[in-house]
Amino acid sequence: MLEEHAKVAELIRQAGGINGRRKLQKIVYILQKLGVPFYETYHFQVHGPYSEELSLQLEELCDFGFLNESWDSENGQVAYSLTHGGEEFLNGHGHLLPDLSPIAEKLLAQQNSFLELTAAMLYFDTLPTEKVIEKVQSLYREMKHEQIRSAMDYIATLRGTRSEFQTVG
Amino acid sequence: MNERFEKLNEEKVFKDPVHRYIHVRDRLIWDLIGTSEFQRLRRIRQLGTTFLTFHGAEHSRFGHSLGVYEIARRIIDIFRSRGDWDESQTQLALSAALLHDVGHGPFSHAFEKVFGTDHERFTQELILGDTEIHDVLAKVSADFPVQVADVIGKTYPNRLVVSLISSQIDADRMDYLLRDAYFTGVSYGHFDMERIWRIMRPSEDQIVFKLSGMHAVEDYIMSRYQMYWQVYFHPVSRSAEVILTKILHRAKVLYESGYSFGQTPLQLIPLFEGGMTLQDYIRLDESVMLYYFQTWQQERDKILSDLCGRFMNRRLFKYVQLSKDQLIAEDALTDAFREAGIDPEYYLEVDSSSDCPYDFYRPGEREERQPILLLMPDGSRHELSQESDVVASITGKRRTDHKLYYPKDSVLALPESSAVRKKISELLHFPT
Repeated sequence: MLEEHAKVAELIRQAGGINGRRKLQKIVYILQKLGVPFYETYHFQVHGPYSEELSLQLEELCDFGFLNESWDSENGQVAYSLTHGGEEFLNGHGHLLPDLSPIAEKLLAQQNSFLELTAAMLYFDTLPTEKVIEKVQSLYREMKHEQIRSAMDYIATLRGTRSEFQTVG
Repeated sequence: MNERFEKLNEEKVFKDPVHRYIHVRDRLIWDLIGTSEFQRLRRIRQLGTTFLTFHGAEHSRFGHSLGVYEIARRIIDIFRSRGDWDESQTQLALSAALLHDVGHGPFSHAFEKVFGTDHERFTQELILGDTEIHDVLAKVSADFPVQVADVIGKTYPNRLVVSLISSQIDADRMDYLLRDAYFTGVSYGHFDMERIWRIMRPSEDQIVFKLSGMHAVEDYIMSRYQMYWQVYFHPVSRSAEVILTKILHRAKVLYESGYSFGQTPLQLIPLFEGGMTLQDYIRLDESVMLYYFQTWQQERDKILSDLCGRFMNRRLFKYVQLSKDQLIAEDALTDAFREAGIDPEYYLEVDSSSDCPYDFYRPGEREERQPILLLMPDGSRHELSQESDVVASITGKRRTDHKLYYPKDSVLALPESSAVRKKISELLHFPT
C-alpha cells in the first residue's frame, strides 16, 4: 500500500533529509527522467516542472507521521526528514529504489535555480538540442547561454552516473 | 481580414445549459469542432465514474471543451474592449481553449494508473500528429499547431495566453466548476463568473484581480473547495474508480498470462502490449469500454467477472478511514484477506487525495507555482489569502484524506464464526 509514497520517503531517507519543497520537486523529476521509478505526474509551471501529486504525497506522509516537516529559518524553506514511524513504514516495503547516494549527493549540492534549469531542459529532452536551448531561452529570458551550456554538461554527467545506481537495488 | 482567419458567413451557436449560448464566428474553430477527434469527446464523460454517485453527471468532455472556448472568447472580448489584448493571439488562445482536453480517453485517470498512458501527451500528439485536427490547424501556418500545443503544455512564452487557459483562475476551472455543479445537481459550486471577468486585469506574466472584486474571487475559491470535498473526492465515486482500476489491472494480468477471453478485447491489446499508437487511442471511448465491462461479466475468470458485475450494477466497495496502524499492519491485513480467499491485489486498495486529479486553492511555497494575486489600489500585488480571511481559513486546512476500500459484502459472506472474519473485522475496525 502507498508504494509511490514509500518511494518518496525512501529518497528522503537515502538523502539524509531534503531541504526545500522546490528542491525536492526538481530532484524527483530529474531522477524520474534518469529512469528511477518515480511515476508522479509533472506539468510545466512558471518555475519549471512541478507535480501537484508529489506535493500532496508529501503532505500525506506528514499527516501519517512518517515525515517530519520543519521550518529551516536560515534558508527560508521547509526541511523534510524521516521519522521513526517512517522507518517502520519503509520496513514493510523492501527495496523500492536503487541506491541513489551517488546521484543524490550531486543533486543536493546544487542551487535550486540550477536544478530548475536542469529540470526544465530535461522537460524538453525530446526536442533536438538547438530547439531545447531556444525553448529554454524563450521561457527564461534572463538565462545566459553559459548557464544553459553548463546545465547541459551537468545533464550529461548525471546520465553518466546512471549506470552506477541502475545496477544496484 | 487575414484569409487564414476567415469568418463564417453566419455565426453558429450551440445551446448550452451553463453559458446559454456558445458562439462560433471563426471558420478555424468551426472546422476544429467538426473533426472526428473532437467529436469523439461526446463519448467521454467529463466526470468519469461520478455518474454512479450523482446520476446527472452524464455530461461529456465535448460540452466542457466548448464551454472553455466560450469563456476564453468572452474574456478576450472584455480585454479587447479595454485595449488590453494583443489581437494576434486570439485564434491561438481560442484554439488552445477548445482543444485543451482533446487527449482525454475513456476513464482517463484509471487508464493512466494501470497502463501508464498520459492524456496530456495524447493531447500533444493529436495536435502535432497525423490527425484531422492537425490538418485544420496547419492551414493557419506551419508552426501554428506547435504554438497551440505549447499553450496547452504551458510552455508558450506569452504567459498571459497560457494563464487564460491554465492558472489558478482560468477558463478551464471556471467552466468545469459551474458545469459539474449544474449536472450533479449540487447547490454549491456557483459563483459570479461575469463579475470575475470584469475585475481581471491582464499583465505581462499573468492575470491579476482588482481588490474591489475580491468577494467574487472568494466565492470561486469556496466553490472549488466545496466541489472538491463533495463531488470530486466523493468516496462512492472513488470506490467506483478503484473497481475500474482493478478491472483494467485484472484484464491486463489475464492477457499477459495467456488467458483466453470469451470476449477478446481487441481494442485493448495495444494497451496490454504497450505499443499503443495514436490511431489505437482515438478508437477508444467509453462506449467501447462499457461494452467490454458488460460482456466480461460472463467471463470464466471469477475475479474479472465479479469486478465487472460490481461496476455495472453498482455493487461498490465499502471503505474505512485509513489509519497509520493499518498501514504498518499491512501484511497482517493482506494475509487475512488471502486466508479468506479474497485476493488483496484486487480487493484491497488505498485511495488518497493524491490519486484524485482535482485540488483546491493553496498559495504554495514561494516560487513553486503562480498564486492568485490581487491588484491593490496603489498598484502593488498581494497574494489572495493575505487579504481574504475566508480564503486564509481554507488554505490553512488539511487537504489530504486516505481511505481503504474493500468488499464488505464478501467479508460478511464468510461464516460468522470464522476466525478470519473476526480478524478482518478487527483490523478494519468494523463490527462483526
